[in-house]
Amino acid sequence: MSENTFAYVATSEKPQLPPPQGTTGAVGWARENLFSSPLNTILTLISVFVVFSTVPGIFNWAFVNSVWNANSLDECRALTENGACWAVIRERYHQFLFGFYPTELYWRPILAFVLLFVALVPALWDGMPKRGAALMASMTYPFVAFWLIWGGFGLEPVSSTKLGGLLLTMIIGVSGISFSLPIGIVLALSRSSNLPIVKSLAVIFIEFIRGVPLITLLFVAHVLLNYFLPKGVNFDIVLRVVIMVTLFASAYMAEVIRGGLAALPKGQYEAADALGLSYWQSMRLIILPQALKISIPGIVNTFIGLFKDTTLVLIIGLMDPLGLVAPTLADQRWNGIFVELYAFIAFMFFIFCFAMSRYSMYLERKLHTGHR
Amino acid sequence: MSTSTVPADNSFQLSQLWRDARYRSYTIQIIALVVALSVVMMLISNAVENLEALGKDFNFGFLYEPAGYDIGQVLVNYTSASGHWKAALVGLLNTLLVAFLACVTATIIGVFVGVLRLSNNWVVSRLMAVYIEGVRNVPLLLQILAWYAVFIHVFPTPKQAVKAPVIEGAVYATNRGFYIPGLTFDGGYQIVVAVLLASIAGIFVFRRWARQRQEATGQILPVGYITLGILIVPSVLAYFAAGMPIGLDYPVAGRFNLKGGLKVGTPLIALWFALSIYSAAFVAEIVRAGIMAISKGQTEAAYALGLRPRRTMSLVVLPQSLRIIIPPMISNYLNITKNSSLAIAVGYMDLTGTLGGITLNQTGREMECMLLLMATYLLISLSISAVMNVYNESVKLKGR
Repeated sequence: MSENTFAYVATSEKPQLPPPQGTTGAVGWARENLFSSPLNTILTLISVFVVFSTVPGIFNWAFVNSVWNANSLDECRALTENGACWAVIRERYHQFLFGFYPTELYWRPILAFVLLFVALVPALWDGMPKRGAALMASMTYPFVAFWLIWGGFGLEPVSSTKLGGLLLTMIIGVSGISFSLPIGIVLALSRSSNLPIVKSLAVIFIEFIRGVPLITLLFVAHVLLNYFLPKGVNFDIVLRVVIMVTLFASAYMAEVIRGGLAALPKGQYEAADALGLSYWQSMRLIILPQALKISIPGIVNTFIGLFKDTTLVLIIGLMDPLGLVAPTLADQRWNGIFVELYAFIAFMFFIFCFAMSRYSMYLERKLHTGHR
Repeated sequence: MSTSTVPADNSFQLSQLWRDARYRSYTIQIIALVVALSVVMMLISNAVENLEALGKDFNFGFLYEPAGYDIGQVLVNYTSASGHWKAALVGLLNTLLVAFLACVTATIIGVFVGVLRLSNNWVVSRLMAVYIEGVRNVPLLLQILAWYAVFIHVFPTPKQAVKAPVIEGAVYATNRGFYIPGLTFDGGYQIVVAVLLASIAGIFVFRRWARQRQEATGQILPVGYITLGILIVPSVLAYFAAGMPIGLDYPVAGRFNLKGGLKVGTPLIALWFALSIYSAAFVAEIVRAGIMAISKGQTEAAYALGLRPRRTMSLVVLPQSLRIIIPPMISNYLNITKNSSLAIAVGYMDLTGTLGGITLNQTGREMECMLLLMATYLLISLSISAVMNVYNESVKLKGR
């Protein structure tokens, strides 16, 4: 066969052509992601319309046209037609933060708040020198915080009726979170143990708590708990609420952790037994570290739920941030300003809850070891 | 190595109760039982003592006394002269009503959002993410109160609403609630209802028969159209045969107010709306997790077998994702039911508002009211969990 039979034969590889125009870069991305089909195009257009018809309006309302300096809603409205009247927040932010806590004693809750982070350091920082001793010191935090906030022993006592705002939310939320985790672990271990009586006690408790709304438990704390206590014994209402919220959250926590315990392969339990570890050793060294790691998303979800649920205390008359809306509206000068108040409180809760959920995602990634 | 050099000492020592694995579990359990029982006994004896000291007894006779308060939104005949038990019943029905409505709408919105969240369309999926994160991270109670305030301020008073109806003579939106046409039932409506129920039963029989026929012969019937026909045709015929016993009661615009029709109060609307919007975000996450859990290979295998996308969805993907989706979905419905107790914040008279609210305050019978209230919620929750357990058992992967 002679070389002339073919008109053209490639003797070397040709350089690759660039991809067709319109499939790369911004245009290509938009084509593929936004306009790949008629339905997709319609969805894109609707979404863009929604974004452009709401976001600038909200932005203008909240920032551009908003008023920070005014003494009443009427003054605000006189200054701007469609802007937020943040003046009410400026005037009352201290109430939303501390409730009716005496102004001159604000340093006490602030100090307690700062100490909270100091106490958290040993718990969150693995490589801390002398971590054990530091953890023990952290254990005293609840008592210190209690002393700082309520007073007594040399500090001017402050009654629970004065507590409110974010301070109250933090008291209930933080104590609920820190006590519900250990109680939840104990409940989960009891429920998945093979001791029938312990197991059924845990089941009864968990199913009872999970079967009723939190509000009924708060009612119990509010009107009924006194009946169940010996005569003369009387808990503070905030303490009663904290106990109920903690019990409530710990039942949910128990179910989340039980899910983690059940998700561990059976071989882990058997391996622990084969090593001759006792029940508590195997739990502490092998089972719980893995089970808790699996259940982190659920645990944090429970925390977030608990934090959001603290608002329910307004129904039994405590002044959490949401409970302070009514007294503010009752003020002649601020009558009718509900949008700004709700937006501010929503923003406050959003910050905390969103931060918690992002932290859990970070933790999940950090602890992810590639196998479960 | 010698085996069993321990002498067979059968004498029992007290320390064995703790040190010997044979007895330890009994010891722990007996201690737990004793502690639990003594705590319960202590609580009960305290309660008895305290009630006695206050001169209160423990009986449910108050349920038959007249309630003496009005309820805005009722599903059964109720006046202030009805007994407290009737008020509690009204409350229970209201709880179930708003829970049911919110479950339906939350599911519809949530499935929609969940699917869009997974869409390849970047703008749409971002928008849905913003919705989900924004709604999930704000307390439900705040949302209920905010929507309630919005509904009260945005909609006109009945007087103004009469001039600006949504649909002239039929639908009016006011700040006290929505007025829509209600149903009226005249004599003979039972026939129509009976026929409707019978045709629904007929549909199940037919579909089963059609499936068996398809499996036996391979022939496919137009099941959808026939189902629709069975549902509509007999009922419509019965409706006309019985002399049109079911009619519509339109709201009538007076000068200052609206009369007749069905009034859906603002508290119910606000609660329904807030519950739906809030729970839809959770439903969306459940749906997303369920769909993402099905590996891509399943869809590709179905395509390789020559199934169309729709059949792939209904025969391969959905049956598998439903197994993952339904259990959290049911517990979400349970949460909706429990969250509906927040109705008390906007004055919607649900079970918590009647039995745990006004009845409790009027009669001063905290113990009885709270017991009944908790027992009712517990009953609802446990029955829903029972349904879930049956379902889980039926779809469990067999043989693994």
